[in-house]
Amino acid sequence: MDNTRRKFLKLAGLTAAAGVGTTLLGSKAMASGGGGHAAPAHGGHAEVAPTGTRYGIVIDTGKFHDNPGLAQKCQDVCHSYHNVPDFGNPKDEIKWIWTDKFANVFPEHSHYRRDERLLSMDIIAMCNHCDNPPYVKACPTQATFKNADGAVMMDFHRCIGCRFCMAACPYGARSFNWRSPRGVDKEGHPFIKKYNQRFPSRMRGVVEKCSLCSWRTKKGKDPLCVEEACKTASDAMIFGDLNDKNSKIAKLLSSKFTIQRKPALGTHPSIFYII
Amino acid sequence: MYDKGKVLIGLAIFVIAALSIVGYNATMGDVDSFRTDGKPGPEKPVGHDKCVKETAYMQTSHMVLLNEWRDEVIREGKRELVETVGGEMVEKSLQNGCMGCHISKVKFCDRCHDYTNVKPYCWDCHLAPVEAPASKEAH
Ligand code: HEC
Ligand code: HEC
Ligand code: HEC
Repeated sequence: MDNTRRKFLKLAGLTAAAGVGTTLLGSKAMASGGGGHAAPAHGGHAEVAPTGTRYGIVIDTGKFHDNPGLAQKCQDVCHSYHNVPDFGNPKDEIKWIWTDKFANVFPEHSHYRRDERLLSMDIIAMCNHCDNPPYVKACPTQATFKNADGAVMMDFHRCIGCRFCMAACPYGARSFNWRSPRGVDKEGHPFIKKYNQRFPSRMRGVVEKCSLCSWRTKKGKDPLCVEEACKTASDAMIFGDLNDKNSKIAKLLSSKFTIQRKPALGTHPSIFYII
Repeated sequence: MYDKGKVLIGLAIFVIAALSIVGYNATMGDVDSFRTDGKPGPEKPVGHDKCVKETAYMQTSHMVLLNEWRDEVIREGKRELVETVGGEMVEKSLQNGCMGCHISKVKFCDRCHDYTNVKPYCWDCHLAPVEAPASKEAH
């Protein structure tokens, strides 16, 4: 009896050791395979020294408030180009760019006795293309990764639909296709109203999100939402390289008061808001 | 011999059944489908005479090229145009590159893939060119 117990404990010990060993190995492999200029893991709130390109956007919320419907236009232009389906219910909703109230976009800020204007605003929210993105580490297939421009990309070809990234993203910027985006609703209306033949759709079982229009920014163009917003109100959204001191966005950031979403989490968002 | 009659009837039924398949294919089969001459017969694009790479390479390795394009574009961000064998500049894209010249999936990709029973899952997401209404939409 004693003998078997001893054996059992030995075996258990060995298994645990092996487990720890593989985890260590695994994390090492992850770190080296993490691609590009991934910032070293650190818990603080301070930004890392700028290296390489880091695209970001400044959103001037006041300009959106003064132009009702502008945020909707930005969403329409994005969602229609990227064949984002509209499942017609909030539970299944797929969103690359959306709006919400101040209290929800900035829950860590006090909403107590804020002015009416602020509380009534519809504020644009989208993927923050964080410099220290937590979900990149959560993804078991490296389907989501940070590209050389600092944009957090989805490689749909690798996504296995595990949704770890959704759990890891603190901004709700990722949506899961619970149903086939190519399907139709009960009345027979297709979820994708009008297909854009130039861009793929997705399929059931993959996660999707904003890609900072990397297909445009590579060609020197602004993301679709930025272009659309600026058509109505100039500089309502400003896109550029945060690490380039001479860029318009970097100059703006150094001269205006802006806030980021949930900065205390240490994710280092690349989207800034002028309130 | 026993039951000679029954055996003969059975044989006759078999021969008729076998012939009817051949006959069906010869008469009812889609005229421009590969089944008529036993070859897949993908339709060559009009207005272009060279593919992205040499034809022999494309025939055997187009799926490799597609994977290379996919990784370069998405993972490495190399979205610049590529030059075809004929000197045209095309996008490294399934929908906007390949299908820009091979304007029909049904009459090109599907011809070979049906023949060899390959079912690429690409079209679950990538949009095939809009085909004439009469043509079938395969997988
Ligand atoms: C510039 C136009 C053009 C583009 C872009 C193009 N092709 Fe082609 N492709 C052709 C032409 C023309 C031929 C016929 C060449 C010949 O007959 O020698 C061909 C031949 C082929 C063949 C061999 C067909 C056969 O009958 O043996 C395959 C397979 C093929 N292409 C696949 C692709 C794929 C996959 C892509 C995208 C990665 C692609 N092509 C992009 C023009 C193009
Ligand atoms: C000349 C005939 C031919 C043509 C034309 C052709 N294919 Fe193929 N394709 C094949 C064959 C054969 C295979 C399977 C090869 C194998 O399994 O080794 C294949 C495999 C593939 C695969 C890999 C599938 C898998 O499950 O691994 C992809 C992707 C693909 N083809 C895309 C295309 C596209 C897109 C087109 C049209 C632009 C096209 N092919 C046109 C013959 C063809
Ligand atoms: C789960 C959906 C999905 C499936 C399945 C899928 N793709 Fe894609 N693919 C995409 C999306 C979305 C993009 C565009 C990404 C971007 O531009 O940021 C893309 C981009 C690409 C690109 C580069 C750019 C372009 O416009 O074409 C290639 C090449 C490609 N896919 C090839 C393939 C091939 C080959 C297959 C099948 C073997 C396949 N894909 C299957 C979703 C998918």
